[in-house]
Amino acid sequence: MKKTYKIEVDCANCANLMEEAACKTSGVKNATVNFMTQKMIVEFEEGQQPQEVMERVLDSCKKVESDCEIFL
Amino acid sequence: MQELIVNILLIIVVLTAAGFLATAGNPKNGMTKKQKNMLKRILIASSMLLALQFLSSELLAQVDELLFPSAGRWLRFALYLVDYFIIGHDILRKAIKGIRNHRVFDENFLMAVATVGAMVLAVSSDGDYFEAIAVMLFYQVGEWFQGYAVGKSRRNISELMDIRPDYANVEIDGKLEQVDPDEVEIGSVIIVQPGEKVPIDGIIIEGKTTLNTSALTGESLPRDAKIGDEIISGCINMTGVLKIKTTKEFGESTVSKILDLVENASSQKSKSENFISRFAKIYTPFVCYSALALAILPPLVRMFFMGLPADWGTWVYRALTFLIISCPCALVISIPLSFFAGIGGASQAGILVKGSNYLETLSKVRTVVFDKTGTLTQGVFEVDDVHHNEMEKAKLIEYAALAECASSHPISKSLQRAYGKEPDRSRVSDIQEISGNGVIAKVDDVEVAAGNDKLMRMLNIDYKDCHSTGTIIHMALDGKYAGHIVISDIVKPHAREAIESLRKAGVEKTVMLTGDSSKVAEQVAADLGIDKVYSELLPSDKVEKVEELLKENTGKSRLAFVGDGINDAPVLSRADIGIAMGAMGSDAAIEAADIVLMDDDPVKIAKAIKISKKCLGIVYQNIVLALGIKFVCLILGAFGEVNMYMAIFADVGVMILAVLNAIRCLFVKKL
Repeated sequence: MKKTYKIEVDCANCANLMEEAACKTSGVKNATVNFMTQKMIVEFEEGQQPQEVMERVLDSCKKVESDCEIFL
Repeated sequence: MQELIVNILLIIVVLTAAGFLATAGNPKNGMTKKQKNMLKRILIASSMLLALQFLSSELLAQVDELLFPSAGRWLRFALYLVDYFIIGHDILRKAIKGIRNHRVFDENFLMAVATVGAMVLAVSSDGDYFEAIAVMLFYQVGEWFQGYAVGKSRRNISELMDIRPDYANVEIDGKLEQVDPDEVEIGSVIIVQPGEKVPIDGIIIEGKTTLNTSALTGESLPRDAKIGDEIISGCINMTGVLKIKTTKEFGESTVSKILDLVENASSQKSKSENFISRFAKIYTPFVCYSALALAILPPLVRMFFMGLPADWGTWVYRALTFLIISCPCALVISIPLSFFAGIGGASQAGILVKGSNYLETLSKVRTVVFDKTGTLTQGVFEVDDVHHNEMEKAKLIEYAALAECASSHPISKSLQRAYGKEPDRSRVSDIQEISGNGVIAKVDDVEVAAGNDKLMRMLNIDYKDCHSTGTIIHMALDGKYAGHIVISDIVKPHAREAIESLRKAGVEKTVMLTGDSSKVAEQVAADLGIDKVYSELLPSDKVEKVEELLKENTGKSRLAFVGDGINDAPVLSRADIGIAMGAMGSDAAIEAADIVLMDDDPVKIAKAIKISKKCLGIVYQNIVLALGIKFVCLILGAFGEVNMYMAIFADVGVMILAVLNAIRCLFVKKL
């Protein structure tokens, strides 16, 4: 399952870091951050609740870039 | 001299920050709350720094003595420290947070270490606190500007691509009401007034008008539309009021699909983008360790091997300068921005590119393979003549039209048109389609075989060859030859020009694949100047031929296949790049291809290649520019030729240049 979330991040390098962090979060199969359209596209693993996974994703993104925001 | 320049720059910063803040209320500016806050901090910090500059240190020292006789010079330090915290507290916080989260090497860390280091050096000698604060300030100004410029250009490009209609007019109880296009059901009647965008795909049931399709195709010439015509969303109704019966939901309509595609295009990352993110990952730690080495090794060498004083201050200062130069931001930002702008520019010209990676590959295309029908020719066949017939022409065409009534091939459509009536399907039975050859069917108990010479040979029927060029449909009734129908296709007006401009754009080889007879194929190829022709191919042969051509392609050159998107899906996906004639946004084309030409004009292929070359050129320029300046500054910094101001200007300046350069990708009209 794929879902798209709106995000807010200021610098392109931070967007790359967010992408990396999101990919490593458990329950996430793959994640792409599109800095230009300020969107994060997350592909979830089978049987995962997107809401729960996204909270973990937000946590790990905040760790690498405290300024970022994901609108869940 | 340098002090003067920095002071002037400070004044400029104060003035521009104030100016920006004054207009921040304007929603057009689109500043985020964070940006506004940052701007305020920049304004306060820079004014305070200026004020501190003009208060002489003697004056401060006197005040100091008066207030805290035993404290010495600390008042001055305290004031500078406050200023430093105003401008830099978030950087310090982020740097500490980064260390706590085991992510030590990022630009916050670099800036924190560099400026704190400079402060410590200044305290130890009661020297120039100014430098550390100014560096932090200019860094923040650079960051702010980068965020603002990128955000602004991002919005501008998105706006250009935005063909999203905001509402649909529906008549409710005799009154027009504006509703959300999402809520309009299939089969409802919507009304489009002059000057409005068509929000949903449908069929015109009342009114006639001229449509402006430039948002979809880049074509500025208006098109006429009348009752019964299909109309696609995204066109602008120019003259008359239209009533449209919708045939699709908003989410399935052309305009939504295209928007979706273009918006997600930049999520497909190109190789250069991936290269840069990988590069940034090793680059930052590398610079940090080098800076550490620069701070420690030379003084040790001086002390132990050369017998000179260690001179720690100089080398630590150089190491700090080194750190400032090293931020990778200019690189990381400019590359996706270039691709984004390139995709935006292309979509304005009626070329939809589905991803940055395709834009990148397109620049390496050296072989272009064309499908003939519908790509180089209009795909609108016309029955020219009937030869060797014993029965009436009309009767023979009727048989042919009925036999082919189940096929959607352009040839069968031309037969239906020549027949002129709706075929009565109950008269037809036992239809066998023989792929690439023709059909056999029973019409009114007569066994009709309609197809090319291969079909005739297969059925052991003696046929007569034709001398005129065109597609020949041989007809046999109950196993007896009944003559043939000559059908011809018209070459697109720009086809020749298209091949020529491809050659100018660096394409080395053009190939045409067709299921048509070799005689027709050879003639079209000769007319257009195509290098190689493969004719009489079955659909599956096309894939094989493309695979063969792919094998011939060695090294970095890539192969593009251009088809009409309807029956070429397997070939489109097999080629390095599939380009489809979009026929104004046909679903099949958008699905299968990597690049869609909205107005079916083959000239656009060369244009797409030129856009991709320009875009890639700019990407390489930015890589070379940013890396080049950084490395030069790093080396100069190591030898102490660059001080912190120059370092920060190198960083911010390169970033601004790279962003401005990236925006050039958007301007593709004249290519």
